Amino acid sequence: MSSPTQMRTPMRRVRGSGAAHSGTALFWHQRVTSVAGVPLNIALVVIVVALLGRSHAAVVQILGSPLVAVIMLLFIINTTYHMWIGMQEIILDYVHEEKLKFLSLMGNTFFSFAVGFASAFAVLKLSFGV
Amino acid sequence: MAEVETHRITAAQRPRPLSPHLGIYRPMLTMLMSIAHRFTGAALYFGMMLLAWWLIAAAAGPNAYANVEWFTGSVFGRLVLFGYTWALMHHMLGGIRHLIWDTGRGFEPAEREMLAVATLAGSILLTLVLWVIGYLAMGGPR
Repeated sequence: MSSPTQMRTPMRRVRGSGAAHSGTALFWHQRVTSVAGVPLNIALVVIVVALLGRSHAAVVQILGSPLVAVIMLLFIINTTYHMWIGMQEIILDYVHEEKLKFLSLMGNTFFSFAVGFASAFAVLKLSFGV
Repeated sequence: MAEVETHRITAAQRPRPLSPHLGIYRPMLTMLMSIAHRFTGAALYFGMMLLAWWLIAAAAGPNAYANVEWFTGSVFGRLVLFGYTWALMHHMLGGIRHLIWDTGRGFEPAEREMLAVATLAGSILLTLVLWVIGYLAMGGPR
């Protein structure tokens, strides 16, 4: 069965968890969100350029229109997750002191959720026009 | 004798040999691009607050939106947005470069160098093009 040099049990290998206990899920999610990010990024830039110099009323109307609102929401959700993973990677690379590390990781989650939720809520409000 | 023994350094206490880190390498373009990718990512992370502010202000009403317009119309605001545009373009192109690498391609020295130059030149070019289009869309600088 498994050779003496094999460090992992067959179950561990089947689960693909490795030393991090969570496998390569976040690595993969970072790739998925980066692929999705390219067209969403271009779409965001087009939307922003189209809104330059327009009045508040016009901006509200365009941002609230279904197609633009959906693109904005996709951008926000995708970017929020992508940046959360990215900042976690940066923190794990540079912050080694346990307490500070956990506080930074927590802060990263709070910040990402807050920014993402606030942006998404604003788009929904513009869209539903309440 | 006792004093000598307490000062004796055991093998475990002796400084261990360390593998070489960033400090020993001559800065190279590919290295700088790697750092720039992480740096622009971190900058965009905090820059998302600008997007949130803009959207919330638009949803809040004309007065709140006027504050955003005041900021984006100021010299400082324009500089921030210009930097934001470059960071976004650089991180996007750098990300595409990483996706190319993920397929196992582009690792030869000449290819790495070409990708690094393309990322840098492309991000600067795209930023300038976008700002020209932006000013044209607004009907000239103001």
